[in-house]
Amino acid sequence: MAALPKRIVKETERLMAEPVPGISAVPHEDNLRYFDVMIHGPSQSPYESGVFKLELFLPDDYPMTPPKIRFLTKIYHPNIDKLGRICLDVLKSTFHTPFLQTPTRLTRAGNWSPALQIRTILLSIQALLGAPNPDDPLANDVAQRWKEDEQAAIQTAREWTRQYAKA
Amino acid sequence: MDSDDEFMSGLSSQDEYFGGVEESDDGSLGDEFDEDNPDVGFSQDKDMKPGKKAYEVDFKVFSPEDIQSHQDKQIDEVSAILGQPSEATAILLRHLRWNKERLIEAYMERPDSVLETAGLGPESAQAPTTKVVKGFTCEICYDDTPRLETYALKCGHRYCVDCYRQYLAQKIKDEGEAARVQCPTNGCHRIVDAKSLDLLVATELKSRYQVLLTRTYVDDKENLKWCPAPNCEYAIECGVKKKELGRIVPTVACACKHRFCFGCTLSDHQPAPCSLVKQWLKKCEDDSETANWISANTKECPKCSSTIEKNGGCNHMTCRKCKHEFCWMCMGLWSEHGTSWYNCNRFEERSGLDGRDAQAKSRQSLERYLHYYNRYANHEQSAKLDKDLYNKTERKMTGLQSTSGMSWIEVQFLDTASQALQTCRQTLKWTYAFAYYLQRNNMTEIFEDNQKDLEMAVENLSEMFEKPTAELAALKVDMMDKTSYCNKRRVILLDDTAQNLKTGEWKFNVDVTMGA
Ligand SMILES: [Zn+2]
Ligand SMILES: [Zn+2]
Ligand SMILES: [Zn+2]
Ligand SMILES: [Zn+2]
Ligand SMILES: [Zn+2]
Ligand SMILES: [Zn+2]
Repeated sequence: MAALPKRIVKETERLMAEPVPGISAVPHEDNLRYFDVMIHGPSQSPYESGVFKLELFLPDDYPMTPPKIRFLTKIYHPNIDKLGRICLDVLKSTFHTPFLQTPTRLTRAGNWSPALQIRTILLSIQALLGAPNPDDPLANDVAQRWKEDEQAAIQTAREWTRQYAKA
Repeated sequence: MDSDDEFMSGLSSQDEYFGGVEESDDGSLGDEFDEDNPDVGFSQDKDMKPGKKAYEVDFKVFSPEDIQSHQDKQIDEVSAILGQPSEATAILLRHLRWNKERLIEAYMERPDSVLETAGLGPESAQAPTTKVVKGFTCEICYDDTPRLETYALKCGHRYCVDCYRQYLAQKIKDEGEAARVQCPTNGCHRIVDAKSLDLLVATELKSRYQVLLTRTYVDDKENLKWCPAPNCEYAIECGVKKKELGRIVPTVACACKHRFCFGCTLSDHQPAPCSLVKQWLKKCEDDSETANWISANTKECPKCSSTIEKNGGCNHMTCRKCKHEFCWMCMGLWSEHGTSWYNCNRFEERSGLDGRDAQAKSRQSLERYLHYYNRYANHEQSAKLDKDLYNKTERKMTGLQSTSGMSWIEVQFLDTASQALQTCRQTLKWTYAFAYYLQRNNMTEIFEDNQKDLEMAVENLSEMFEKPTAELAALKVDMMDKTSYCNKRRVILLDDTAQNLKTGEWKFNVDVTMGA
């Protein structure tokens, strides 16, 4: 295996030395690009007191491209789909398709920047748990319900948290 | 109308011509390059051609070099007006999606904020350089080696040159972005300007970068579109606007010979307007299972029931067994085709049908659709078969050249005939989608007559390709006559339909404005 870039070494060291409150990220011993992540649900959100497991992987061209990250714990959230994939601007690169001949030449712009870090990404995800955005949905059925009957949707999110995200 | 008058009357139709003459308000190439510099443009200028038909639109073909020179010229012009260097002007123009007027207006009002939002702070004229900064750590790779070369845009966000290069390579190569690459810092919207890119982009990526810049120029302009043919690098300029697409079908032809619709970039679909094409293709896709059986390549002879396989494009079938002659499309007697009561192309609404019988109604609506779909699909299929047959014939002819003494030039009539067949079948195909949505009125009969005439002309020409190769040389004159007759019939049909479309005479049973 190729030597780990200094950037990843330093980031990992810092994650260990100064952990973010409510978040932990531990690299696998046999693959230092693969992290087990835990995020505590923010207080006063439907995910409060839940502990969510995620997996995070740093691709070869990281940090030029964003880390790959997904929820392993089942979660009821308009921006997270059944497979645990997350709809978050900062997790996407911008993809223009200038060689495509159709008039729709631009897919939604992403906001990934190589100056962002694992730490900032995980904080963004935690913030997303505190502020679900049904207007930019990934899980359409959940978003639909969120818009139609927010109270009921929040109730379901609470139940799922109790059931699947036990500390 | 007599086909000879038709050619004369073309001259008068030019006055009422409607596509592309609209005053452009978006700084289109049209007004800039036609008047100021007529030599810059590419040839193919249909303006110059007298007697433009109602179905023709003005367009120009641009080579990659033309596109480049148009960009450069526009940059120079605006640069002089704004008093900004050309690099900065280029960024400003790209930033405002090549809307020259908007840029000049905005710049005159508040130059600083325009420069700022385009990523050009004060002193953008200064040449960029890389720098060694004492005690520097790169925030991307965490390298803190002394004497590390670094770079920062005017925003001051500094990274090592290696990271900067990698970042730009990622944007250019993998993400296809060039004109609006931002500073690598999260949330910093400073645009990486042309000079910085020149300094930092690896040589092997420079050409790709140039291509991308050129592409944004075309992508950003409503009156420019890339030719959709695979690997074609030409662009077409045409002034027809989206809102006009219910009244005109803007077919353009690229220098690569590909003919396509400027409105929707699909292959030529005259006379059907874009939105009908869209709805028709959707319908065919939805109903494909029901309709599948009819496009099969074998049918039974209506007289002796022996199986007949269609191996050429011609729809005049002669049963090998019983010599019965019939029409492949309607299975009717061929002898009745070409007479006054020929009705192979027209769907007869059965007026006597009981309107209250829902099942019969829905059956009739399916039959009606199948009537048109059958003919649409058949011309598509026939065009392919015509082509196959031509290819075979051409190979044989090439072989015959030595024995018959005919030169390459002399066998070109076959190529011309084959081209005409392809184009006419393409038109015929779309006349059936057009007819499917057309509401009957006193003009539909003229349309159907034109359709029928073109169809007969096409079948007559198509039939000649089935003659033994040895006989073809002797049929040269006849074939050339039939070819020009086909083309003439096509012009008549297209001109008539386009004329009525323009004046809103056609009534359709669906909405034809684009966006429907
Ligand atoms: Zn910056
Ligand atoms: Zn660096
Ligand atoms: Zn082309
Ligand atoms: Zn079209
Ligand atoms: Zn027969
Ligand atoms: Zn027929």
